[in-house]
Amino acid sequence: MAGRRALLAGPVLLAVTFGVFAAADLSPFDPVKAYAGTAGLTAPQAELDRLRANLGADRPLVERWWDWLTSALGGDLGTSASLRQPVADAIAERVGWSALLAATAFAAALLAGTALGVLAARRRGGLLDRAATGLAYTLQAAPAFWLGLLAVWLFSVRWGVLPSGGLTDADSDTVTAGQVARHLVLPALVLALSQLPWFYLYVRQGVCDALAEDPVRGARARGLGERRVLLGHALRSGLLPVLTLIGSRMPELITGALLVETVFSWPGIAAATVQAATSVDFPLLAALTVLATAAVLAGNLLADLLHGLADPRVGFDG
Amino acid sequence: MADPLTAPAWRPARGRRGRRPGRRASGLRLWVCAAVLAAAVLAVLLVPPLVRLDQQAVDLSARLLPPSPAHPFGTDDLGRDLLLRCVHGLRVSLLTGVVAALAATVVGTAVGAAAAALGGWTDRLAMRVVDGFASVPPLLLGVFAVALFRPGVWPVVVSVALTHWLSTARIVRAEVLSLKSRPFVDAAVSGGASRWRVTVRHLVPGVLPQAGLAAVLMVPHAVWHESALSFLGLGLPAHQASLGGLVQAGRGSLLAGAWWPTLFPGLFLIVPTLAVAGLAAAWRERLDPRRRSELIP
Repeated sequence: MAGRRALLAGPVLLAVTFGVFAAADLSPFDPVKAYAGTAGLTAPQAELDRLRANLGADRPLVERWWDWLTSALGGDLGTSASLRQPVADAIAERVGWSALLAATAFAAALLAGTALGVLAARRRGGLLDRAATGLAYTLQAAPAFWLGLLAVWLFSVRWGVLPSGGLTDADSDTVTAGQVARHLVLPALVLALSQLPWFYLYVRQGVCDALAEDPVRGARARGLGERRVLLGHALRSGLLPVLTLIGSRMPELITGALLVETVFSWPGIAAATVQAATSVDFPLLAALTVLATAAVLAGNLLADLLHGLADPRVGFDG
Repeated sequence: MADPLTAPAWRPARGRRGRRPGRRASGLRLWVCAAVLAAAVLAVLLVPPLVRLDQQAVDLSARLLPPSPAHPFGTDDLGRDLLLRCVHGLRVSLLTGVVAALAATVVGTAVGAAAAALGGWTDRLAMRVVDGFASVPPLLLGVFAVALFRPGVWPVVVSVALTHWLSTARIVRAEVLSLKSRPFVDAAVSGGASRWRVTVRHLVPGVLPQAGLAAVLMVPHAVWHESALSFLGLGLPAHQASLGGLVQAGRGSLLAGAWWPTLFPGLFLIVPTLAVAGLAAAWRERLDPRRRSELIP
């Protein structure tokens, strides 16, 4: 499974890069006008034509795509007009902050979701279970940007305990770990809350199902303690479906990051994607779309690998 | 799932209060969900044409009033009544969501049915296309499409349809494949029906209930997607404020301490979504009583 996925990832990525170029070709987007900006409105046609030839925008689609691909493999992704720097530099500068935010939120959601799920499954139908499940469905229906704004209102405006956005305080020009940690709390909390329902519901369901199965019955028959049964037996087999699906959460994580980074002005690549889209910055947008696709494919691969590692019945190349 | 007859009596996993919600509770839930949805749909259909109030009426003397009997949801930074604006926003959001979900369902059903009915290379190619689309994060695909094709109603509808047809295509394909092995299809084929006729008259009608359920469940998702795009400034233009646009507009007042322009449009998004989820759970329970859903409240 994993081997086949890895083989498929290359062609899919190629197809996506081509799709990105084909979509731009079909759309009313004109790279010459985008490059020239307001000067393009008054410039003579001959000038625009020369610019078009210089940019290579008059060549056929396949040729432009191939050029982009070969130079991208060499590390040159073009220049971003909205950030005024090479796309590769812009990504390198920002990808770390995005990874920090996403990893913190993901770990928090995983831990809190597992703990809550086990507690809810232990007394299924109990007060905690009903409250947490209802809350999980509400959170799942709530858009991340709305949660983010409410969190800003509560923590920054009303109580004034946490900063409302950015990476560092406004009056500081150095990045210190303490400041970053303080600024990280709210975005990570909101991103974790938006991912939490999924983990919680899956763990709860998995543990509920496992509690009704023979291994747990056998463990109880041997007189093992409740804690041992719950954590050693039920959680272990109940976590399996969650573990195998962790990698496939990548699209939702990226979607959440797009919204949360924008709300909190977090200097990551997701926020840069939105900026690139609003200012129709094609080189940046194309690179980030391809990057996100690569992340999703890597996540799928990770899911397959975890499945193979966790469940010995699954072969790696079946 | 534990069968009540064989479940061990000593199993401590259920607390004292942990009775299973009985039939009556689930019936009540069904009615509450239906009532909420009916109220939302009626409000959206009737309020704009019947209530002669201008949602855009600016009253600068009534800026950012907190909720009060005169303005149950308060007013925004231009003194516009938020209840009225939320109803209009829900109308825009629902309309976009329903049209986009329909478009996605039509595309998904067509691709899924064609792939399963034709089989072979067509099937493999179609499923690889589905995989390819599925590997781009949905909101990012939407952002990309809207950025290149300029904001407006149709790019948003297209971007939602582009990102949502995949699941329908997979469901329809699986259903058609299972229908294909049923005897009535063999009967039709041996009766001389063409492949086209078998597909259109025998296979597709069989998957329409599934596709319909998927379409209904897709509407909240489509509305959510549209709201996210509008919130990012890539969705509908400001004069057609959808719920996401309203949240975005309320953002400016938030730092001044006014929570109501942000809170209420979000609630308008969440409550109907929960109602649709509840109805879908009841529907599924009716179709398959063994799978009594306890997840969906």
